[in-house]
Amino acid sequence: MKIGAPREIYEGEARVAMTPDSAVQLMKLGHTCCIEAGAGMKAGFADAAYAAAGVEVLPDVAAVYAAADVIVKVRAPEPQEAAMLRDGQTLISFFWPAQNPDLLEQCRARGATVVAMDMVPRISRAQKMDALSSMANIAGYRAVIEAGNNFGRFFTGQVTAAGKVPPAKVLVVGAGVAGLAAIGTAVSLGAIVHAFDVRPEVAEQIESMGANFVFLEFEPTQDGAATGGYAAPSSPEFREKQLAKFRELAPEMDIVITTALIPGRPAPKLWTADMVAMMKRGSVIVDLAAERGGNCDLTVPDQKIVTENGVTVIGYTDFPSRMAAQASTLYATNIRHFLSDLTPKKDGVIVHNMDDDVIRSATVTHRGEVTYPPPPPKVQAIAAAKPKEKPKELTPEERRAQEAAAFRKQTRDQVALLAGGGALILLMGLVTPASFMSHFIVFVLAVFVGFQVIWNVSHSLHTPLMAVTNAISSIIILGALLQIGSGSNLVILLAALSVLMAGVNIFGGFQVTRRMLAMFQKS
Amino acid sequence: MEYGFTTAAYVLAAILFILSLGGLSGQESAKRAVWYGIVGMAIAVAATMIGPGSGNWGVALILLALGGAAGWQVAQRVQMTEMPQLVAAMHSLVGLAAVFIGFNAEIEMNRVAAMLRDAGIAGCDPALSAIGCAAAAGQGELFAGVTGFALKVAQKIAVEVTILQVEVFLGVFIGAVTFTGSVIAYGKLSGKVNSKAIQLPGGHLLNAAAAAGSLVLLFLYIGGAGWWTLALMSLLAFFIGYHLIMGIGGADMPVVVSMLNSYSGWAAAAIGFSLSNDLLIVVGALVGSSGAILSYIMCKAMNRSFVSVILGGFGNTAGPAQEIAGEQIAIDAEGVAAALNDAESIIIVPGYGMAVAQAQQSVSELTRKLRAKGKNVRFAIHPVAGRLPGHMNVLLAEAKVPYDIVLEMDEINADFPETDVVIVIGSNDIVNPAAQEDPNSPIAGMPVLEVWKAKQVFVSKRGQGTGYSGIENPLFYKENTRMFYGDAKKSIDALLPLID
Repeated sequence: MKIGAPREIYEGEARVAMTPDSAVQLMKLGHTCCIEAGAGMKAGFADAAYAAAGVEVLPDVAAVYAAADVIVKVRAPEPQEAAMLRDGQTLISFFWPAQNPDLLEQCRARGATVVAMDMVPRISRAQKMDALSSMANIAGYRAVIEAGNNFGRFFTGQVTAAGKVPPAKVLVVGAGVAGLAAIGTAVSLGAIVHAFDVRPEVAEQIESMGANFVFLEFEPTQDGAATGGYAAPSSPEFREKQLAKFRELAPEMDIVITTALIPGRPAPKLWTADMVAMMKRGSVIVDLAAERGGNCDLTVPDQKIVTENGVTVIGYTDFPSRMAAQASTLYATNIRHFLSDLTPKKDGVIVHNMDDDVIRSATVTHRGEVTYPPPPPKVQAIAAAKPKEKPKELTPEERRAQEAAAFRKQTRDQVALLAGGGALILLMGLVTPASFMSHFIVFVLAVFVGFQVIWNVSHSLHTPLMAVTNAISSIIILGALLQIGSGSNLVILLAALSVLMAGVNIFGGFQVTRRMLAMFQKS
Repeated sequence: MEYGFTTAAYVLAAILFILSLGGLSGQESAKRAVWYGIVGMAIAVAATMIGPGSGNWGVALILLALGGAAGWQVAQRVQMTEMPQLVAAMHSLVGLAAVFIGFNAEIEMNRVAAMLRDAGIAGCDPALSAIGCAAAAGQGELFAGVTGFALKVAQKIAVEVTILQVEVFLGVFIGAVTFTGSVIAYGKLSGKVNSKAIQLPGGHLLNAAAAAGSLVLLFLYIGGAGWWTLALMSLLAFFIGYHLIMGIGGADMPVVVSMLNSYSGWAAAAIGFSLSNDLLIVVGALVGSSGAILSYIMCKAMNRSFVSVILGGFGNTAGPAQEIAGEQIAIDAEGVAAALNDAESIIIVPGYGMAVAQAQQSVSELTRKLRAKGKNVRFAIHPVAGRLPGHMNVLLAEAKVPYDIVLEMDEINADFPETDVVIVIGSNDIVNPAAQEDPNSPIAGMPVLEVWKAKQVFVSKRGQGTGYSGIENPLFYKENTRMFYGDAKKSIDALLPLID
């Protein structure tokens, strides 16, 4: 099959969907590649580099559309581009089918198969083709760079001969891919970073990046995992709490980067005008949600504005495009991975397997039919968080009652045991002679002492304890010693053997114990 | 008749023995405690030798010296990993000695009875002792030449003789069970006998029958049926000891050893009763109760009742075991070393496999290297790890692992979620998550070390087998678990040069 990449005609778009490197990889899958002349120019890839990689450079867009079986693009096609699609041709690009129903209908009518890169599901297997994440990663990085560009101070705190520089304080709202990338970048520049997200389970990820999670005291009502790893709209009470927290933070923060997006909805307004008014002069707000209306009240999409109190609000929507070389490399790789899934045998034949979860989800038109929206994915993105079991907190009264009950039970048991045991001993005393009873008393007391003493022996010393008790149990030698003086030869023989065996035990037992104990040492 | 001096010495010895056991509550005081025990034993033996009723002590001293030398030699040479079998072997000696001493008591009783009979005295008043009876018959000189234990027997009235018979019988019974039981335990621990639970057809019914037979023999014996009842009972008791321990699986060995320890104490106490020797009673009771408590502690650590351990049959499941999904993923030394180099906190969980492979020195060296790099290295010891209570502690101590980083299950179990790397060396059941997750598992409910909660777990294991108890371990299939196959010692040695 022939894969073709036209030049992006959307204004300001510098990215390209195919790089010389990705073309080489595509050719390994058995495909051939072509590209419109000048398509990679803004991203830093010259036509010569494509030609050197074996890509056919075609003079204009019409030639690409005519030659290629598969069109790869970055932006969704403009109507005039969609008009060039033909029956059976495949288009792979960002598409936003929910926002562009007319375009969807147009492509369907042309009979083209459209794969929307923004519809790739968020499952582990599909991570390699998750272009949203790779673009968000770039956006997050670029947001910090852009903020630094407009911020008049260092990120890192320094104590220099020329005075002390406080570190910049950065707040990142929304810890998705972009948010986490922004956190990582800001932290590595030396800023003190705080981050907030409505999904409490991302706290760990935030902290792993080196930022402080802004903790909000609130009963969790939603499970982020249930929505495929994206945030869902939050309740009004929660929103109030959240805004109150932001108001508290606003005066301290030097840089605010907002990345909060809810799939299929306008961006939530999280950074209100009064918060901007509270911020220090020279502070910077970067609104990564500008394309969808912005998280900040004052955001103007595609523009940088400075408020009356000197706060810069950046509302660019083309962060990835501003790093076109990097963005193109990553995007082209995502596309390449998708194509390798579409070419299972690596023989240049595309098999559009609609039973495959990933391919099914991303495909929005196929064989003259609209296949959007896809059925829910079979594999959940994130394992559902288990509800945390909280041990029941006992009130002091309950605890006291419990302790009292335990004490009463213990007393009852002990008294019962003592009474039973005592009665038993008294009964025995009735029938047995005094000479036996005197020994018996000694026996019972010794058992009692043994019980009391052994409970205190520490666990690690159980082996020495065994060895010691073993050595001590050879006290049986006393019996043998008492009998060895007997008149009977048989008795003397047996007693002598017993002495011998007990002797082995005494010396062996104590010696082994000493060896063991000598080895225990403190560090 | 008893010299007050001997009794006083016995009191002193008894106090020393109690202090000796009590002193084992801490590592430092334990070193002192051993000396209490040694001095106590010396006092007891010396006092008995010079005390009333003994004789022939030249022979006794020579034999004691011989036995002592042999014992010393063995104790010096034994490897620390062979401790369990040594302790078991020594228990068997105590058991056999108790049997012999019991037989002696019987022989002496017969001798006294025979002397009366030979003198033609019959039909004594039960309220009179043998001496009294002889005196009543006008033959007061009959027992003049009798000394030692025989003299004591001659002084006993009829009821006392019956009690004496019961005591002797009990002493021989417990001693015999201890003897064969310990021999089998020794065989199992040293690998000379198959460690699986094996029972003759009939199982515990055989044991019960033998015990019932012994009880019948006891009544016959008291009724004057003669020495053969005692001998036959000994054989039955030997069988019980053998069969009882054969029927207990290898994983329960720590309980068995401490249980036999307890038995040897009770045997000594029973003999003490028959010889009317208070020190024997006291020390026997001390040892007996301490062994019983130790067994109880072990059982609790395994969440099993004492009866179920004694009745053996480990591995009887209530239902089908949980299916385990996934596969065991192997890893090589480089991978483990890389993870260790990156880790902040490391917990090592040793088990019997470490003892078998003699890997404790290598583990200690690994610990030293990791600690030198500033990592937090600790050891987690399950109460029943190894084949003897506290087995792992002793091995690690031998390898000079400082004991303050060696922690018990309860102390460390909560720390696993914050741990980067856990290395499991030759343990299996004590880290088996099935105990918590699978109600049908034979070890369901047994407290286990929750190693799977750590970020990464490496399991050093010889091969893919199910190990000692034959229970499948889902830990090996968990996502954060990597299997580090091979002999534990070789595996750890391979790691050492890679830690930098």
